[in-house]
Amino acid sequence: MSEKTTGDEQELRVRKIENGTVIDQITAGQALNVLKILGITGSTDAVISLVMNVPSKKMGLKDIVKIEDRELDPGEVDRIALIAPRAKINIIRAYDVVEKHSVYLPRVIQGILRCANPNCISNTNEPVRSKFVVEGSEDKPIFRCFYCEERFENAIEHLI
Amino acid sequence: MVFGKRHILSMRDFSREEIDLILDRALELEPYAKGKRSDRLKGKILANLFFEPSTRTRISFETAMKRLGGEVLNLDSTESSSIAKGETLADTIRVISAYADIIVLRHPKEGSARLASEFSSVPLINGGDGAGHHPTQTLLDLYTIKRESRLDGISIALVGDLKYGRTVHSLSIALSFYGASIKLVSPPGLGMSETMKSDLMDLGAEISEHDSIQDVIGDIDVLYVTRIQKERFPTLSEYNKVAGSYRIDKKLLESAKDDLIIMHPLPRVGEIDPEVDGTKHACYFKQAFYGVPVRMALLTLLLEGDGDE
Ligand SMILES: Nc1ncnc2c1ncn2[C@@H]1O[C@H](COP(=O)(O)OP(=O)(O)O)[C@@H](O)[C@H]1O
Ligand SMILES: [Mg+2]
Ligand SMILES: [Zn+2]
Repeated sequence: MSEKTTGDEQELRVRKIENGTVIDQITAGQALNVLKILGITGSTDAVISLVMNVPSKKMGLKDIVKIEDRELDPGEVDRIALIAPRAKINIIRAYDVVEKHSVYLPRVIQGILRCANPNCISNTNEPVRSKFVVEGSEDKPIFRCFYCEERFENAIEHLI
Repeated sequence: MVFGKRHILSMRDFSREEIDLILDRALELEPYAKGKRSDRLKGKILANLFFEPSTRTRISFETAMKRLGGEVLNLDSTESSSIAKGETLADTIRVISAYADIIVLRHPKEGSARLASEFSSVPLINGGDGAGHHPTQTLLDLYTIKRESRLDGISIALVGDLKYGRTVHSLSIALSFYGASIKLVSPPGLGMSETMKSDLMDLGAEISEHDSIQDVIGDIDVLYVTRIQKERFPTLSEYNKVAGSYRIDKKLLESAKDDLIIMHPLPRVGEIDPEVDGTKHACYFKQAFYGVPVRMALLTLLLEGDGDE
């Protein structure tokens, strides 16, 4: 392989998967957070390949996550728009991309984020998940805590 | 519009029509707040659940309920052993809502009332949640303004600690429905937060900031004074200096409009000179009384519905 490889050639260093899901165009550096948001931890038995900081024509650098034998439901993946708004979900069957979806930030986000207000009731041992209402624009979302109503912008800093 | 079984958590949940409905109902109930007999809420039980000390809010709910013939259970964290043992708020509410027809909650954490409402099988009223909301204070403030001045298009100065004072946040949200021009007057470092200000501007409020009352006193219809707490200052002498320059006295009122009203959520600790009490501008004791008809209005709307069902 030549010194100067393109993004696609680098991706090919990871074996093609037969069936499963490829999450492409993840904001560089966020692949691990994507797995975290999807609830995929070290105890999973799925085969997962992770590529970080590969060159991308559209994005400069990007991350890619490939999950074998599991087709992620677009609804369940939308939450990653929090940290990777340009991500594309590709469903792979028999080595081919059969479906491709963008991710859309849901209007309400439960769990995933922790309220920025230390005196918020959602940061205690009460039996509830955190909950945020998304306000503001698509490219500059603002998260308002459903409980204390405090607002914050930088989601990555508030991942649980 | 049906009020039954809803919760009263934050001014953000109200439309202007709903606020007007509550204020109209309060006006009807004023004679009962003054002592006229009523058995309207006979057989109903209100639970006052206070995790933080409060006198005015707790007692005025108690008075409102009793004057309408209802019963009151008072529970605070020293009296209730399960609360002291660290039971979750969720569990406490599940239990209390099986004993009472309506709950008033005061709690030190922001958002506690909304959380509690998710576990309550009866209407729950937020009686103050940390630095969060205190909607019944706001409703009685609006009622006072309506009774003693007018609600539409007023010019109001909010004076004092605008950073930590929850009263002014809820009130500003509600005033934005009535096209108020809001003048924020606070000592350096105690100004309203940028998020709160942008929040209010999103709601369409007209806001300006000032550092002295003298700058605005001649232009306003309502002077809303709040406490400046000693704890916010590094030294007592700095506190004294600031507190002194925000003190309302007769001299300051010389340049006020004739029909200016002065409000204060009370207790006051020196923000308003007692010499002001006898002037036609002083409204803060009436304001405290108006808490009773306003809370009566909420209790009847929540426990009986509004007749439209
Ligand atoms: N069978 C496969 N196994 C693993 N990754 C694949 C497979 N097919 C496509 N991909 C990857 O999925 C992403 C989307 O594929 P494709 O739709 O062909 O490209 P693009 O989105 O760049 O037009 C790319 O990162 C590609 O490398
Ligand atoms: Mg490609
Ligand atoms: Zn919160």
